[in-house]
Amino acid sequence: MDTNKTVAVIGGGIAGMEAATFLSARGITVYLIEKEDKLGGHLLDWERLFPTMRNGSEVVKFLMDGVKADNIKIMLSSKLTAAEKSGKGYNLRINENVDLFADAVLVTTGYDLFDATKKEEYGYGIYDNVITSADLEKIFMSGKALQTKQGNVPKKIGLVHCVGSRDEKAGNVYCSKVCCVTGVKQAIEIKQKMPYTEVFNFYMDLRMYGMHFEALYKKAQADFGIQFIRGRLSEASEDQNGGIILKVEDTLMGKPLKLTVDILVLLIGLIPAKGSKEVGELFGLKNGVNGFYKTTDQHTLTNSSNVDGVFFAGACTSPKTITNTITDARAAASTVAAYLFNYRSLERKIEQNEDFWLYNTK
Amino acid sequence: MSFDWFVLPFSIGALILIVVLISRYILWVIKLSRADRRKSWRSVFSFKLFQAVWEVFNESLLHRKIFRVNALLGWMHMTFALGWFLLIVIGSVESKFHKEKVFNMPYDPIFLRYFEHDVHGFWFAEGFTTIMDTILLLLLVATIMAVSKRFFKWIYGMKRTTKLHPGDQIALASLWLIFPMRFIAESFTAGIYGNGGYLTQTAGDIFATFLPLKSLELGAWWTYSSALCLFFLFLPFSRYMHIPTEVFLIYLRKAGVKTPDNKLTGFSEFETYSCSRCGLCIDQCQLSETTGYDDQAVYFLQKLRRNILQEESSHNCLLCGKCTNICPVGIDITKIRLLKRTEFAPEMLFNYRHYENVIHHDERKVDVAYFGGCMTHLTPKIKIAMTGIFRKLNIRYNFVDENGSICCGRPLKLAGNHMQARDLMQENKRIIIATGAKILVTSCPICYNIFKNEYKFDKIQVLHHSEYLNLLHKEGALKLTPNEEKMVYHDPCELGRMMNIYEPPREILEKSGKLIPVQKEKNFADCCGGSLANLPLSEDNRRKVSKEALTKLLAPSPDILVTACPLCKKTFSNVSDTPVKDIAEVVYERMIE
Ligand code: SF4
Ligand code: SF4
Ligand code: SF4
Repeated sequence: MDTNKTVAVIGGGIAGMEAATFLSARGITVYLIEKEDKLGGHLLDWERLFPTMRNGSEVVKFLMDGVKADNIKIMLSSKLTAAEKSGKGYNLRINENVDLFADAVLVTTGYDLFDATKKEEYGYGIYDNVITSADLEKIFMSGKALQTKQGNVPKKIGLVHCVGSRDEKAGNVYCSKVCCVTGVKQAIEIKQKMPYTEVFNFYMDLRMYGMHFEALYKKAQADFGIQFIRGRLSEASEDQNGGIILKVEDTLMGKPLKLTVDILVLLIGLIPAKGSKEVGELFGLKNGVNGFYKTTDQHTLTNSSNVDGVFFAGACTSPKTITNTITDARAAASTVAAYLFNYRSLERKIEQNEDFWLYNTK
Repeated sequence: MSFDWFVLPFSIGALILIVVLISRYILWVIKLSRADRRKSWRSVFSFKLFQAVWEVFNESLLHRKIFRVNALLGWMHMTFALGWFLLIVIGSVESKFHKEKVFNMPYDPIFLRYFEHDVHGFWFAEGFTTIMDTILLLLLVATIMAVSKRFFKWIYGMKRTTKLHPGDQIALASLWLIFPMRFIAESFTAGIYGNGGYLTQTAGDIFATFLPLKSLELGAWWTYSSALCLFFLFLPFSRYMHIPTEVFLIYLRKAGVKTPDNKLTGFSEFETYSCSRCGLCIDQCQLSETTGYDDQAVYFLQKLRRNILQEESSHNCLLCGKCTNICPVGIDITKIRLLKRTEFAPEMLFNYRHYENVIHHDERKVDVAYFGGCMTHLTPKIKIAMTGIFRKLNIRYNFVDENGSICCGRPLKLAGNHMQARDLMQENKRIIIATGAKILVTSCPICYNIFKNEYKFDKIQVLHHSEYLNLLHKEGALKLTPNEEKMVYHDPCELGRMMNIYEPPREILEKSGKLIPVQKEKNFADCCGGSLANLPLSEDNRRKVSKEALTKLLAPSPDILVTACPLCKKTFSNVSDTPVKDIAEVVYERMIE
């Protein structure tokens, strides 16, 4: 049931791949445009996934199976450089030399990781033994043992939650959703590899909202002896041996706490992607208060944008887990199809509530 | 004696004004400290009086400072003040000539033309009338300028002018009336009796061709007198209160009276009432620019005068000092605001027992005590650079607050908690003196300010690290290899406007690389927005202030933005894609070992 419709999907991460798969199933030709030389996005850098500890590569393989369809044209190392409305669709230019036409555009530009050097007080990029959660995944992926820069087995490791999230000063007031459970997962993985290392998680709140997350957290405490300390890290400094001295206000005990760890892991949050900004400017897409793309409605029109014929899927509209991203990608495919084939479902309207009342912009 | 009923409004108004002014001034003088009162009496019989008179001439009449900032505005203020002053002085002399006696009625010079029709001989016809008409002409022009400033402020290069309250409006309207009415009244009389100068006579002759001057004359003089009366009655309740008050302010300053560091006195009343509401401070304020809030200097002072200042208003300010910097009257607005906060501040009790754990027990005797400050601990690159420099140059130093510290006390002071700050300061001072160092170097301008101004060390020289590094370089101990990176320098408020340190950081940066100037520098530099002085400011607005300041700094597209304050660094880093570095980092990177 081939149709003569084409859709350009911008971004070949989880959302882009899964949306492409479901669009192609409806007989739509899909250009899957990815700026890197591989599909898979951030998932490629993640070893095991919460809460099941499944290997990320298995999910990548599943997604790859989907995009093998004939009517999906995968364009790697490709960057959208210009877009121009043409009739109901768009003329798009890729890498300054390739032009193509799409009846609709699905933006799946995802997120970037917070740049931890912005929180200078935590010492990332200054002290050798301060790393980020993303760095830790890379170490896990490499199969190498986790060591201090001095080559020692760490006896104490601290993980700090909410780095660059829920932080007004950093300009990101929202919760990144995935880091809490990543912190619990990584703490367990450390313990699995190094049972004699003490692991501390410093958190403001623990957000174990997803299915099985709470169980993972319980296990972390009961079976792995990971210590969860409620309090925000105020500053980190380095001692003569490369240890990291932490100053934390323990908000449960109500007193300041000082602790030296051998490695400090910063659980960095998700921020709006640079790529989203560039693509947004090409199409005139609106951003919400937090800098992620603004969807037409908070509850219902969650894949529609302010521009006719341009849609969203995945973490470009807000931080999302893999599960949520895959679900959202399929929903977006369905929304794009509704647009292309004039389903009545897209004609529904809903009154808009301004979401700004939530923020103190005075 | 010349008399007509219309002189009454003027005379009564003037009398009431004088009584009100004198009673207010007496009240304020009583509110001065005893020492200040003594100073102000003594100076009456000294050279200081002449200095004061000279300055009054320069500032209250010539308005030199306004001239320097805004020439058009300066001209307007000058013609009003000097013009009116000369009108009174020369008018008095003229009336004495006419009356041929030294003491005459105070209203005689004001209404002279009405009573004196006989203008004969050089001194009267060509001399005085020409001079008086010229002054009147200048005043009329000034009035036109004043009116146009209200409606076309852009002519004067101003984005905003001051908002008026009713007292001001009435005073303003009567002021606008005074000189045109004098002109009309004198012209009418001249049209009838031929006693005018080139201006009033010409106008009078023209009016005479189509107006029944005889029946209008008296009405015109009544209006003139009433406008004066209205102006006098409302003056004490309007911005024009600054005219008489500034004269006393200048004198008190010359006598050495100041606002003390810990509380407001009658002197700040003189300051508050000397605000001419020229509005120059409004466009300086980044807070009002971004947040549209209206507690900037001029309105803050206005609220003080009207006794309606709320605690929130006293806090809604970065204490960046930009308004104080520009104020032609030299009002120390930031200090008044700070002390006002003290009046609102609750007495808080702190538990200082945790001091015991942080006191630094380092027995080595050292040359330099280094105090990073709590902000520097949040920007560790600065302390790494500083301790690195000390080590490489083999300087015996002691990092006083390496493992935590007692706050320098200034943040508490900025919040108005003076008593609590004093406790902290005492303890901290003890610790610093115990190091035995001769020099105290700090990386934080906020600490620097209070160390230098309020700790009153006897034997310890206090230096900001930018000064210290520059000194080391000048002495030859510190050698640098400059590189090609383009740098711009941001003047921290506390280091620049508060402490006047502008050159040392520039000197050492020029030796480290390419320093390019920015549009708003030195005492006109913007605040980074990070100020500890404004607690109610929302994070959102803070970012806006920072971003706007950043955009201006990055206009010349530098490779790095350099500053000399951990708080500025942190604040700009949060919004900047261009790397932000402290001066210590730059020096450390480029020093030759
Ligand atoms: S998921 Fe947890 S760590 Fe991440 S931002 Fe939210 S609360 Fe913080
Ligand atoms: S505070 Fe100073 S600058 Fe501001 S209006 Fe008053 S006199 Fe002018
Ligand atoms: S000190 Fe700065 S923030 Fe405060 S009123 Fe003056 S210019 Fe505005």
